[in-house]
Amino acid sequence: MNNILKKFTRGNIKDTLVDNAMYVILLGILIIVSFLRPIFLSTNNLTNIMMNASIRIIIALGVSGALITRGTDLSAGRIVGVGAVIGGTLLQRPDYAAKFFPALGDMPVVGVLLLAVTVTALLGLINGLVISFLHVPPFIATLGMQSIVYGLSLIYTKSQPIGGLKPSYTYLASGRLNLVVAQVPILILIALVMIAIMWFLLNQTKFGKYIYAIGGNEAAAEVAGVNIVWTKIRVYVMAGIFYGLAGFLLAAKSGGATANYGIGYELEAIAACTIGGVSTAGGVGTVQGIVSGVLIFEMLKTSLQFLGVTPDLQYVAIGSVIVMAVAIDIRKYLAKK
Amino acid sequence: MQHLDVILAMNHISKSFPGVRALDDVSFHVRRGTVHALMGENGAGKSTLMKCLFGIYSMDSGEILLEGKPVRFKDPKDALDAGISMIHQELQPIPYRSIAENLWVGRYPMKKFLGLISVVDHKKMRDLSIDLLKKVHLKVNPNTALKELSVSQTQSIEIAKAISNEAKIIIMDEPTSSLTLQEVDQLFEIINQLRNLGVSIIYISHKMEEILRISDEVTIMRDGKYIGTWLSKELTMEKIIKNMVGRELVNLYPPKTNEPKDITLEVKNLTSTNPRSFKNITFNARKGEILGVGGLVGAQRTELIEGIFGLRGVTSGDILLNGHKLHIKHPRDAIKNGIALVTEDRRGNGIFGVLSVRENVAVASLDDFVDFHFKLNNRKLNQLAEANIKKLSIKTPSTKTKISSLSGGNQQKVIISRWLAVEPDIFILDEPTRGIDVGAKYEIYSIMIDLARQGKTIIMISSEMPELLGISDRIMVMCEGRLSGILDRAEANQEKIMELATQYM
Repeated sequence: MNNILKKFTRGNIKDTLVDNAMYVILLGILIIVSFLRPIFLSTNNLTNIMMNASIRIIIALGVSGALITRGTDLSAGRIVGVGAVIGGTLLQRPDYAAKFFPALGDMPVVGVLLLAVTVTALLGLINGLVISFLHVPPFIATLGMQSIVYGLSLIYTKSQPIGGLKPSYTYLASGRLNLVVAQVPILILIALVMIAIMWFLLNQTKFGKYIYAIGGNEAAAEVAGVNIVWTKIRVYVMAGIFYGLAGFLLAAKSGGATANYGIGYELEAIAACTIGGVSTAGGVGTVQGIVSGVLIFEMLKTSLQFLGVTPDLQYVAIGSVIVMAVAIDIRKYLAKK
Repeated sequence: MQHLDVILAMNHISKSFPGVRALDDVSFHVRRGTVHALMGENGAGKSTLMKCLFGIYSMDSGEILLEGKPVRFKDPKDALDAGISMIHQELQPIPYRSIAENLWVGRYPMKKFLGLISVVDHKKMRDLSIDLLKKVHLKVNPNTALKELSVSQTQSIEIAKAISNEAKIIIMDEPTSSLTLQEVDQLFEIINQLRNLGVSIIYISHKMEEILRISDEVTIMRDGKYIGTWLSKELTMEKIIKNMVGRELVNLYPPKTNEPKDITLEVKNLTSTNPRSFKNITFNARKGEILGVGGLVGAQRTELIEGIFGLRGVTSGDILLNGHKLHIKHPRDAIKNGIALVTEDRRGNGIFGVLSVRENVAVASLDDFVDFHFKLNNRKLNQLAEANIKKLSIKTPSTKTKISSLSGGNQQKVIISRWLAVEPDIFILDEPTRGIDVGAKYEIYSIMIDLARQGKTIIMISSEMPELLGISDRIMVMCEGRLSGILDRAEANQEKIMELATQYM
């Protein structure tokens, strides 16, 4: 009863600030850095941040389904690496001297993309099956998958770095499309499409409602007739597809790939989701929140570079901000006296 | 009793939450060595008052005098130290740790190891625990993990904890809500002992027979206001209800306008996969009938209906609906065949606490709201929730309100709405009025009778005899996993039900 009324009359400024802590922090970072380093606000720099964020957003969206259903996915980063090495090895310039598959002809970009996401979707499927049928806790199941996938990537690439990607592939990351008012990088457009897809899935489909239901109360979901096994499997398959796409784009963006691509990205993605208000207790999280979580994360990293903070110290700063941001954000869920 | 001194005086307590006065100038006096019942419908402010006393909420104005001295507790620990204990409606012990550890958590008896380091004195803890357990008549080994105990035993542990805290005042919030009749008797025996020792008990309950039986005084609250305090012997049920509801509630049960017709559901020789659960259960239920299911806690009634609903495995036996054999492996199969289940444990497997009323209503019937194969029609989902809020008069500010902020009765109505949306023929309700106040209970009964009148089959598990007798057409009684008998409405009475409920013990 009291909660209802609290929600209705969140009158004072402090509550408003706490409820929108993430956006306040984002704004704060922007103001401080642009005041100290005006160049931070240049179109060029902001575009750069957005392009960096694009790939991270796709990964974070992928992992969010697992988080909302009270799971997690520690294999995300290494599966991103799989997407990258498949793209890299199959889409090299035909005339490149050190081709990974010397006999391979010119492959269509879209075809290889489909192949990459099929493979990563299968890896997600295995995660889903192990979690749903063998009842292995997601933390452990995906921890195992993390190691397995990394090993397979190393075997597949013979631990070699891949280079010489063909221009039609790297164009995905470097190209821009002329939209009425501005030249928009394709990478950002792809991220926007994925954001729209995820928003649609979470808010407009049965699948999305079931994700929230399972995360909110799995036992109640079962009684209500929700197919928990099937929903969870789909969550991890979907995640695999998102990671595969992200990895494929990551290789295009950097013009090469190794099995080490994507390492540690799962932790960044989980941190970004949490910063963006996805509750680790399950059942809570929005696409807007996840996107702002990633943006805050990327802005922070770039800001620290702009302020001349050494890379070593950046780690310390980022870690502190994650914890502080969540500590502030969690206020709105804590019962008020 | 008038001569007994007032140990606790709460004077002119007010507490507001943004937009509502939860407590409006409430005064509440408890005498030493008495059982003082605190009554009122859900939302009347009983819990808020107790939370102010216990240091969970801070009051806006008013004073609390404990043995004449003004006190103000900043947190529960403060209150415990001052001799006030609370036994919660939902007990929150540590299930995988031992009884002894649960009793002494936070204040373990310590000893010096090698004269240097402070370590827990396990021997002393065990000895102290054995003494304590005796006081609450529990014959269990203090090293047993708490999860091995029944609800009533766990409650006794909480009471033992209060005793060891040298509590002067013990607040008991719905202590009998999941106890059998014998267990209630045992609890009352302990309460009587405590009373004789000079401990005061603040007893919050909706069960009027109990209150008239155990309490010395009764204070009634309504809408955050103090209504009055009476000696229990001056009170009658009618008088309590009148003061709680603020109007004359002529009947506790709505008139029975439903009429049983043809048999719809047949259960034949159903046996659980768990050898200690239900076996060889055969019964039927009719269209338009309310079939009550009585029995003591442990009679495996919940397990039986969970078996029918596909939540638990069955080894043998058949379930027939209108003569057709059903194959139910999962709740989905039951729902597809038109069976709905309102579970006993509302928080455990009923509501989705973090989700809105709308999502809670829609979750079981999303299939009916899919446009173009996968897109949901959110507008229609909203209409569904709004229609149900109106139909069942659910009190909620909006469809977007989180369900966890509604009262128990309103949460229950949301869950009933969820099932109404799938248009089932068989409606199973497990303890549908548990923890719900009198007014809301009446509404739930009306909904059930109305559904039966529309030709639905209602199966209601209940541990409250008056309720079973009040609205059932037939009462089937279970004991120790077996069906001990089925009584017709006309022949049923409390004694016959009790006899069947203990038949195989």
